[in-house]
Amino acid sequence: MIPVPQTIRRFPWGLIATLVFIAGFGMLVLYSAAAGSFTPWALTHAMRFAMFLSIALLIGYLIPLEFMGRVAFLGYAAVAILLFGVEVMGAVKGGSQRWLNIGFMNLQPSELMKVAIVLALARFYSQLPPGETPTLRALWPALVLIGIPAALVMLQPDLGTALAIVASGVIVMFLAGLPIWWFVSVGVAGAAALPILYGLLHDYQQRRVLIFLNPEDDPLGAGYHITQSKIAIGSGGLDGKGFLNGSQSHLDYLPEGHTDFIFATMAEEWGLLGGLALGLAYYFLLRWSTRVALGAPTRFGKLTAAGLTMTIFFYIAINLMMVMGLAPVVGIPLPLFSHGGSSMMTIMLCVGIIIAIERDKSVGRRPFG
Amino acid sequence: MFGKSPPVTEASRGFTFTRRTMLVGGAQIAVGAALVARMTYISIVDNERYVLESESNRLNLTLIPPRRGWIVDRRGKALANNRVSLRIDLIPDRVQDADKLVRDLSQLLALDADTVQRVRRDLKESAGYQPVAVAENLDEARFASVLVRLTDLPGVAPARGFARNYPAGAAVGHLIGYVGGPTAEEYQKARDPLYVTPGFKTGKDGLEKYFEPFLRGKPGARRVEVTAGGKVVRELGTQPDVQGETLHLAIDGDLQDYAARRMGPQSGACVVIDCLSGDIVAFVSMPCFDPNSFSDGIGQKEWAWLNGDTDYKPLLNKATRGLYPPGSTLKPMAALAILKGGIDPAERVNCPGGYRLGNRVFRCLGRHGPVDMPTAIEKSCNTYFYAMAHRLGYDRIAPTARELGLGEDFQISGANQRYGTIPDSMWKQRKFKQDWSASDSLNAVIGQGYVIVNPLQLAVMTARIASGKALYPSLVARKPGIIKPLSYTQDQLAVVRSGMDRVVNGNGTAVRSRLELDGIQLAGKTGTAQVRGLASGSRGQSGALRFRDHGLFVCYAPTENPRYAAAVIIEHGMGGARAAAPVAKDIFTYLYDREKAMATLDALETGWGGTIAQRMARGFAAFQGMPVDLGEGEAP
Repeated sequence: MIPVPQTIRRFPWGLIATLVFIAGFGMLVLYSAAAGSFTPWALTHAMRFAMFLSIALLIGYLIPLEFMGRVAFLGYAAVAILLFGVEVMGAVKGGSQRWLNIGFMNLQPSELMKVAIVLALARFYSQLPPGETPTLRALWPALVLIGIPAALVMLQPDLGTALAIVASGVIVMFLAGLPIWWFVSVGVAGAAALPILYGLLHDYQQRRVLIFLNPEDDPLGAGYHITQSKIAIGSGGLDGKGFLNGSQSHLDYLPEGHTDFIFATMAEEWGLLGGLALGLAYYFLLRWSTRVALGAPTRFGKLTAAGLTMTIFFYIAINLMMVMGLAPVVGIPLPLFSHGGSSMMTIMLCVGIIIAIERDKSVGRRPFG
Repeated sequence: MFGKSPPVTEASRGFTFTRRTMLVGGAQIAVGAALVARMTYISIVDNERYVLESESNRLNLTLIPPRRGWIVDRRGKALANNRVSLRIDLIPDRVQDADKLVRDLSQLLALDADTVQRVRRDLKESAGYQPVAVAENLDEARFASVLVRLTDLPGVAPARGFARNYPAGAAVGHLIGYVGGPTAEEYQKARDPLYVTPGFKTGKDGLEKYFEPFLRGKPGARRVEVTAGGKVVRELGTQPDVQGETLHLAIDGDLQDYAARRMGPQSGACVVIDCLSGDIVAFVSMPCFDPNSFSDGIGQKEWAWLNGDTDYKPLLNKATRGLYPPGSTLKPMAALAILKGGIDPAERVNCPGGYRLGNRVFRCLGRHGPVDMPTAIEKSCNTYFYAMAHRLGYDRIAPTARELGLGEDFQISGANQRYGTIPDSMWKQRKFKQDWSASDSLNAVIGQGYVIVNPLQLAVMTARIASGKALYPSLVARKPGIIKPLSYTQDQLAVVRSGMDRVVNGNGTAVRSRLELDGIQLAGKTGTAQVRGLASGSRGQSGALRFRDHGLFVCYAPTENPRYAAAVIIEHGMGGARAAAPVAKDIFTYLYDREKAMATLDALETGWGGTIAQRMARGFAAFQGMPVDLGEGEAP
């Protein structure tokens, strides 16, 4: 047997294969969505993926977890300022703006915040003395940390991202060991206050919720997205209509077929089997990150890995629920699959940090072993 | 409040984390499983339904309305055909901004407010791919103005279709009827998508309606693949339409046209029948609507103009739905009945200017002295017929009237009839519970009183007298068959015919309408039908148009071996000899010498102010300019 150096053997090949599979599959679908062309989406998708994968590995291998912990609050503050800056800029220019142009892509600070909030909360709870866990001192700083970015993002208004930030933050709080009845009572109160929260939504957001509840009410208006998406998925059947043969996407019936509704584009051509393959890949990814969380030696590592797992999961679940008509249309892309730099950056940042957490253990057990 | 919980330690916190992470992981797996189940449900269980929906997204089946069959005259000349019609439809599914689109189109196509309102309503009501008609019969320039802007007008579908065309216009209106868009009720009944395909028309009246299944044809279809934006990606196949069958009429199109024109500005009807076969060769009711206007979708104003004319009633088919007291035109029929009653035609009755029945005198129009039967017909002597009717009773005359076709509901396709009354004692008993009186007989025998007939019946009566056969009228060409003779002897018929001959060619009431042709002579009988009863004191020869007498004339030619028979009625023409006979004379002249007849017509039309179309255009313009109360209008 040819001797393979330890570093190469321990390289997370299984993880990389999973990520390459998801992004590569996404590229194929984007190629088809552009009617059999690498432009405008497939090529940039592949290039971005290569770049962000390199960045993720660099983060994982070069930045020690301990350092991440130390700069967690700083990073959070910086992203919060960026978020605020975008808000101010939008107000000055008139109209809402969510991104900063940084040359090769439009950077959405709200995307970075999904990562920053997890790091900041993990840092906070890892420093909290165990005895204070069930006290208010464990609660209010976390609420402030979550509340500020969530409010800023809601102002943009971007309901999907705000929910993602809240969801990741709350999961970290939950895993940090706060009393379970706090979550239960907030959950009950939240359910009771749903009508009031609904009233706070923008008209178009309210409409989306209503249409989600009854898409057939408006098959040509806002319910069109969900209806057409379901037609695309449903007409795909078990093994799809075949590569490049999706009529729903090619004839433009499916809106946003390369971004939010890319899963429908895929399912039309690859069918249920394509969906299961993609789902399995996501399952491997999430199983890996959950295992990393469980096996991490430090509390900061555990909480961070678990929180980022939730961030990734939230993307996947909400997007798939949306395209299958189980959730309102909120505009969340499918990680690594949809065309779009911001979400890919967020996910790969998460992956990079989780790699760092995995490597933080002295002697690695193989992640996909 | 937190005192009750056990103290949290580093170890218990780690344990809690692991437990809760497993819980969260489990929840995630549950969500994942739910998503897999959902996708399986959509793509496997509901697969069939979504495949259908996806196909119906992708494919559009457009029906192509079939071209209607032609309607041709006895020589194959088209009375109704199809012409290319440029049309603009909307596909509701593809319309993005309906308000803006309708605004743009109304500007481009110069749509009126009515149309804009209808298009808006149709757009709202019809969903999906079913097109909504916006405009048809566009000229090339307007059509092109939309074509060049097509990319800015999503949902607009220009099309080249066919529209019904009636070359003779108003001359064939009541004969052929017209076509129009199907009504909502028709669609509800038929449940055929063809009924809501723009450009599809159904027959609404006359032959167009009666022969609808025959004329319709089979629709074609076009299958195309379209994008959500409505762009046709490719055509997947076209099945051409099958044109409807050609309907061959017995009508002589040229004669029909001539007769219609010869009616001039007057209101009336004219039916000409071929004495060999019973074929109706001309079937005219004037004035008439232009069926082309109807097939284009008639405007409200034009409808109001036609419908508002209560004196001339252009919407009434007077040839079969106009009922008139036939007056003296029934005298040849009465003579035949009297002959059958066994009376010698040479027997003379003295006419002192009237006939005394009890203490009442029934007047004659002249003092004819002693008259025999042919002379009584020639001079239209009432006294002779009063005397004979009194002697025989009308119950012995009515059967002859019926045998000659009066009061009969003829089964002629398309023409919805009112068939009038030939009275007798049983009829009166049934209707009024009264006994027939002698004066009823006297009134009936001169075609007044209860007697009421339509012009078609008069033409059939004349044709039967002229031919001696039980001819049955038909608008549609048919194979020649054996026609039964009437129950009268040739001698009896000869007496009546000689009387009718003398009306025109002897010293009768219509000598001024003698044919100016070599060797061909017209035989006929005039009639004047009172609109107002005699008792009113007016003779109906003056005053408001609607109270003036109708002029009638029945005739046939040539006198030897009759070939054509006709009935002409001119409403409020004040007398058969004066109004109806000259029209009949020119129509018969046309049958034998077209040039001569056309010369007469040209001169007349110059006096009337142009052809039918020109006069109608002027009349409509006047109606739009200054709405006058046509009900009180005076005769021209």
